[in-house]
Amino acid sequence: MLLLAVVVFNFILLSLVPGDIADTLAGESGGASQEVMDDIRRTYGLDRPFHIQLATYVGKVVQGDLGTSYYFNMPVTELILGRVAPTLLLVVTALVLAILIGTLFGVIASRRPNGLFSHFVTVLALVGFAAPVFWTAFLLIVLFVAMLEIMPLSGLVDPTTPRGTLTWYLDVLHHLFLPVLSLSSIYLASYSRLARASMMDVLGSDYIRTARAKGLGETSVTYKHALRNAVIPVITIAGLQFSHIFSGAVVVETVFTWPGLGTLAFESILRGDTPTIMGILFFSAMIVIVVNLLTDLTYRLVDPRIRSARNA
Amino acid sequence: MDAAAPLLEVEDLEVEFRTRQGTARVLDGVALSLQPGRTLGIVGESGCGKSMTALSIMRLVPVPPGRIGAGAVRLKGEDLLQASEKRMREVRGKDISMIFQEPMTSLNPVYSIGDQIAETVRLHEGLSRRDSLDRAIEMLKAVHIPAAERRVREFPHQMSGGMRQRVMIAMALACRPSVLIADEPTTALDVTVQAQVFDLLKELQEKTGTAIILISHDMGAIAEMADRVMVMYAGRIVEEAATDEILESPKHPYTRGLIACVPHMEEEPPPERGALTEIPGVVPALTDLGSGCSFAPRCDHATDLCRSRAPGPFAVGADHRAACWLYDEAGAA
Amino acid sequence: MTDRPTTAPESGPEAVRVERPVVEFLRMYVRNWAAVAGFIVFAAIVFAALFAPVILAVDPFDMVWMPFTPPGQDGYILGTDNLGRDMFTAIVYGARATLVVGGSAAGLTIVIGLTIGSLAGYYRGWVDEVLMRITEFFQVLPPLLLAMVLVALFEPTLPTVAIAIGVVTWTGVARLARAEFMRIRELEFVKAARSIGSRDRRIIWRVILPNALPPLIVNAALTVGIAILFEAALSFLGLSDPNVMSWGKIIGDNRDYLLDAPWTVTIPGVAIFLTVLAVSLIGDGLNDAFNPRLRER
Repeated sequence: MLLLAVVVFNFILLSLVPGDIADTLAGESGGASQEVMDDIRRTYGLDRPFHIQLATYVGKVVQGDLGTSYYFNMPVTELILGRVAPTLLLVVTALVLAILIGTLFGVIASRRPNGLFSHFVTVLALVGFAAPVFWTAFLLIVLFVAMLEIMPLSGLVDPTTPRGTLTWYLDVLHHLFLPVLSLSSIYLASYSRLARASMMDVLGSDYIRTARAKGLGETSVTYKHALRNAVIPVITIAGLQFSHIFSGAVVVETVFTWPGLGTLAFESILRGDTPTIMGILFFSAMIVIVVNLLTDLTYRLVDPRIRSARNA
Repeated sequence: MDAAAPLLEVEDLEVEFRTRQGTARVLDGVALSLQPGRTLGIVGESGCGKSMTALSIMRLVPVPPGRIGAGAVRLKGEDLLQASEKRMREVRGKDISMIFQEPMTSLNPVYSIGDQIAETVRLHEGLSRRDSLDRAIEMLKAVHIPAAERRVREFPHQMSGGMRQRVMIAMALACRPSVLIADEPTTALDVTVQAQVFDLLKELQEKTGTAIILISHDMGAIAEMADRVMVMYAGRIVEEAATDEILESPKHPYTRGLIACVPHMEEEPPPERGALTEIPGVVPALTDLGSGCSFAPRCDHATDLCRSRAPGPFAVGADHRAACWLYDEAGAA
Repeated sequence: MTDRPTTAPESGPEAVRVERPVVEFLRMYVRNWAAVAGFIVFAAIVFAALFAPVILAVDPFDMVWMPFTPPGQDGYILGTDNLGRDMFTAIVYGARATLVVGGSAAGLTIVIGLTIGSLAGYYRGWVDEVLMRITEFFQVLPPLLLAMVLVALFEPTLPTVAIAIGVVTWTGVARLARAEFMRIRELEFVKAARSIGSRDRRIIWRVILPNALPPLIVNAALTVGIAILFEAALSFLGLSDPNVMSWGKIIGDNRDYLLDAPWTVTIPGVAIFLTVLAVSLIGDGLNDAFNPRLRER
């Protein structure tokens, strides 16, 4: 349902744009006669009424046909599928790291709400929010690439490494380090603060008092009884913010020339390759929806209340 | 009557809380003693220190703001206030258990009730996962939860308040503690469910011989359950006696007020009880207690003496004490 | 009904009636030194933006000296960039684009979000259903990617950029406003207003909105910060007006020279960072001033 809306939205957006494919193509080939333009319009079905065009477009998308890239002259679907893996690797690693480390920071901070670490988490959250992700990335490059010289500047992997070998995987990890650090830093900071607040809230609840009255030690109380409850809001927010992380990935990818969807999107925008841009917009919406479903599943695993409420 | 050595003895307990308004003495000179298999009722309005007494016995007073200043809590002769934290963890849930006022929020929402009962058993008796779950089922049966084998896998949100309180009782009694502290166990429940929970507590007490400290603001509940009653006000014990004695001849004006608040405790109320009344005013803030009797501002009988000096407890009958200047001449000071 | 019963204070001896709310509010705000610092920094940035042409002799696009002059050398405090333009001038002028776009985009975000959120929260039912579907739709699209597409498809001018940012960032405000309206519409004084026959418009604007304001105002500070970050990202990517100097643009223009002339990239970033930090400190200060009780934690 949502996806259909995205498709229709994409199409309407396209038709709102001044000029059409014929103009773009003609422009690239250095001007063309009216006849050629009309011919192109016929090929792309632009001479037909709006609703027919829309129906045709939706029908194609349903079959997995997102059109043809003007620039690469290949099916957009194919183009995108070739670029998805690096983006998912970057985004998912960053997200998982941000959730794990952020929650850990939050838990540690909540143990001493007025302690040094707790203040550190508060400051970290402010800094993480205020630092633009590309700036963080450049600072990390200055530190790790220029000064320490221990990290590669850009790309997914050293092209000379034979593909599929262990060295190849390690090299990908090596290249992954800085992009992931740049991207996850923002969310790590905000999840730390969130986890801290949520832990402090949970630690004050009645069932934690019950757990203590049972004779459980602080470790059990914190990590078994409190953490599982405290992590619920973190999962909620992470799910809600996934499209933001995806946005951040676009910037990070362009900084590190990471060969993923973000770089492709950015380059396609500069090239005016509209079918590719729309394809990426559609595809990223799909990824966000899938991730939201996964969030929902995680949610059910963690919180039995949701499980039975949805089953009922 | 109470000749045997007490199971639990609290002496001269003092607890303070540091707040932004100053230091509040939430417990002042609280003492109690509990015999095996008996029930002690602690009664008073909210904020008078009943729950704090319970938490202090368990040593669960939150310690940065709070501080146990002085006193002793002796369980079978061992002073728990001097015990290590490790020893306290052994005591909690095994020797002394506690159930709380809010059954809706006192169980962890993300674990099944079976897991939560079994956890206590595994912790204190080192049973295997399987055996501890069997014990959980056994306990659920003991608290009369139907279809215990099935419900053991259910989660708190699937149960009613009364059921949850039964689960709390099952959890508290799973390791056969010698003392059960029940802090307002029925306040959040419907009246009919309240009676069921009290019947259950009585039944289990007869079976296991557990001593109970029942905390309530409801004189009616106390009258039904307790052998002895302690009345607390503003962190102090103001009157203490056997239940019948206190109901028949309450001495402290506060106790009389509490009893007068309860409608129809007896089938034929004695004429001198008069109409249902209320105690004027509210419990004072513990940070600005003066040197006098803390009940004086609300008391009809207050004199200048009451407002300047706090009364010590005076013996007013057989095993009956009241902290009120009215009884200064009546017994030895 | 015109006075504002903010969230009912808990009973208890410390719940003191505040006599002059504005004075009390300022007192609480001033107590938070970080918030005061944030306000001072922000005020300085606004000042610089307003008086840029008065303070500075050159235009930010003028090539004034050798490219890549390091900061402090030859009298150029912050050095020069890849085209020999004065970095200091560029930074001061950049504050204008940042504030204009950030401010108007945040304004748009709040208008859209507040309208959708308040209608959904007040009317519930099918209105809520429809509006929340729309919100969900916008949540599914990666906001920056959509903003990039919008700017690229239409003209890359400052108004387009501001509108694009507004269109992609309003969902958070809408959710917050909806939650507040749903909470407040059930409170007694709203029922009272309804019982004396007040019309919906009056209830929404005069009764509920004033009570929903504190969290919305705090959120507005956050919204301004987010808008500034979006503007920076778009101009960094070259998707903004090429004829307007902005901090993101300086970084974007010089990114290829990062390793040779790092100041051309890091210094404008500091400007963005400080501005957003100042705005969020102001937000924190407002939050504390609205909820003095939270400070105890």
